[in-house]
Amino acid sequence: MSFIEYFISALFLQAGYNSALVAVGAGLLGLSAGSAGAFIFLRKRALVSDAISHATLPGVGLAFMIMVAFGSDGRWLPGLIIGSAVSSAIGLLMVEWITRKTRLTEDAAIGAVLSVFFGFGIVLLTVIQTMSSGRQAGLENFLLGSTAGMLISEAMTIAIAGALAAAFVFMLRRPMTLVAFDPEYAATTGVNVRNIDLAMMGLALIVTVIGLKIVGLILIVALLIIPPVTARFWTNQVGPMIGIAAGVGGLSGYIGAVLSAAEASLPTGPIIVLIAFGFFLVSALFSPLRGGLASALRHQRFQRRVHRRQGLLSLARREPIYDGLTLRILRRSGMIRRDGVATARGRVAAQKAARDEARWAVARRMLPDDSAIERYDGLTPIERMMTPDQIDEIDRIIAARNGAKA
Amino acid sequence: MIDDLITALGAEFVQLSLSPIVIGILAAVACALPGNFLLLRRQALIGDAISHVVLPGIVGAFLVTGTITAVPMMLGAGVAAIIAVVMIEIVKRLGRVEPGAAMGLVFTTLFAAGVLFLEVTDTSSVHIDVQHALLGNLESLIWFDAEGWGSLFDPAALATLPPQLPRLAIVLVGIGLFILLFWKELKISTFDAAFAEAIGIRTRLLSFALVVATAIAAVAAFDAVGSIIVIAMFVCPPASARLMTNQLGRQVGWSVVFAVISAVLGYVFAGYGPGWFGSPYAVSAAGMIATISGIILILTCLFGPQRKRTGQRAEA
Repeated sequence: MSFIEYFISALFLQAGYNSALVAVGAGLLGLSAGSAGAFIFLRKRALVSDAISHATLPGVGLAFMIMVAFGSDGRWLPGLIIGSAVSSAIGLLMVEWITRKTRLTEDAAIGAVLSVFFGFGIVLLTVIQTMSSGRQAGLENFLLGSTAGMLISEAMTIAIAGALAAAFVFMLRRPMTLVAFDPEYAATTGVNVRNIDLAMMGLALIVTVIGLKIVGLILIVALLIIPPVTARFWTNQVGPMIGIAAGVGGLSGYIGAVLSAAEASLPTGPIIVLIAFGFFLVSALFSPLRGGLASALRHQRFQRRVHRRQGLLSLARREPIYDGLTLRILRRSGMIRRDGVATARGRVAAQKAARDEARWAVARRMLPDDSAIERYDGLTPIERMMTPDQIDEIDRIIAARNGAKA
Repeated sequence: MIDDLITALGAEFVQLSLSPIVIGILAAVACALPGNFLLLRRQALIGDAISHVVLPGIVGAFLVTGTITAVPMMLGAGVAAIIAVVMIEIVKRLGRVEPGAAMGLVFTTLFAAGVLFLEVTDTSSVHIDVQHALLGNLESLIWFDAEGWGSLFDPAALATLPPQLPRLAIVLVGIGLFILLFWKELKISTFDAAFAEAIGIRTRLLSFALVVATAIAAVAAFDAVGSIIVIAMFVCPPASARLMTNQLGRQVGWSVVFAVISAVLGYVFAGYGPGWFGSPYAVSAAGMIATISGIILILTCLFGPQRKRTGQRAEA
């Protein structure tokens, strides 16, 4: 079976029970990571999850040592997960404690906790390597994730925990949204902001510890950050954003696990992350709302409107035009001939633009505090902002002034 | 007792431990110096981001040149760091997202790409792997030809010092000079960017130069000690120093002191500590140095004279 055939059969869960379970587990993990990450992103604390994930390492090491001391082989996944949860919770509380009790800012606390916990975890790993049962412990796999040789029971654990985390997000979505957007208002409505913040980070923690085996602790933070950033390109509303983030996370996890199952030499974590980045890249370029292509088009359209307007005003004032782009735009829309002289249409349009500009000038003096004036951008025709009788009054003032001049 | 000390610091010490300790100190100080300014500018995590992208840079350099020598590797890492900084800026502007999220997106993606490159290309013949990137190989940087303290004055023996040592020394001098020469500008633009702009300091250029200095420190230190120490040294000694004093000059001084203490104690505990508990094996020096810097930070958080935030009550 070729790689492609295998990939497609695995994509539709036909490549064996075990890899199907791993793929579903990774999908559920991505789903809960994307939705939990959305709240953390909106709360602007994306990198706290980086501290949480690096802080799992000492827990993994200590849990292994304790389990070995009690006579097991130390690789029992739920035990390692509990150990990593405890140590990353300590790391999270340390970040909180440092930011609350000292003058250091949160980013410094994050950097300190992640590097120190990770360093200490590495010390423990080197100790474990010298233990007789540690030589084949394979704990390094927790750094970058691996689905090769994963047990069915492990895949089950991950799938169930992922589903539970997603349900937890669903239950807490309202208070978390409130706290993410307006913590002060949330506090006045009786929401305990600190607890909700901790719950949010607790969700990140759950996602991290169940993702250790598949994605690894260095890259799991990407599953919490990239899906919400991607979703942000498509919508300005919380509900859809969380949905899209969950979808992107879920698909990345699912496709990544399938890909790495099809090609065993590929490490799972980096593949999942790069697929998520692919979703981000496509969104950043092509989303109609904020994508690069859409903004470039919008910018070009605006630029053309400005050049056209300024060109017409110059025509009306009989000033020469030198700017190449302005000339091109006027020529193409039939406002001027090739030699730069205005056509009949051009003269009408130029007069209309000049009249509009004169009306705006009067309107600005007449109604300095009007909301329509505040939105004056030098491009919008005055008819769109003011009522006909307002414009009549403006015209009367212009006529009176011209009469006085004559 | 004295005899013990003399044997402990004898020829074997010079051969096995002197150069790792010196390299550890140089790396720690080279990272801690720019870290002071990053900390005050709330860019502490730039160091974190940069040290993650060093790996793809090195792998990229290997893919291009096919060799694993110091100069292309350092160039590759430097290029990757600059690409990362530019990418972070683009993501921040385009997506209008907070800097933290943009940073997290970029460095995880680049790191993932680096790991994947490493796995799919045949780099197994040469010695680069993820573990090495994270942990460095401080313990292996021994000075083979040293026969005792006298070798310090022997040009032939000095020529066989691990190349990381002179490289880091040059980087440290460079960074020290940068900070010394632009001290006034760095200080003003760190504390009051608008004022700095008004008196004609080119703040954007200066902050870019600071990022470049950070990248150089990260890349040079990374080769010797791995990214764990790099991140820890960018953040922990300056953060501890910040809790000791209100003056920038003294803060930088304290950060150097803390960096040196972390490097020396970390190396000693990692190399000799397990022996005190009867274990014949050493533990990771890089990890231990990071751990010591964390312990120093906890102590300053608890007892540092300037640990409280001024201008508001400590108990909210």
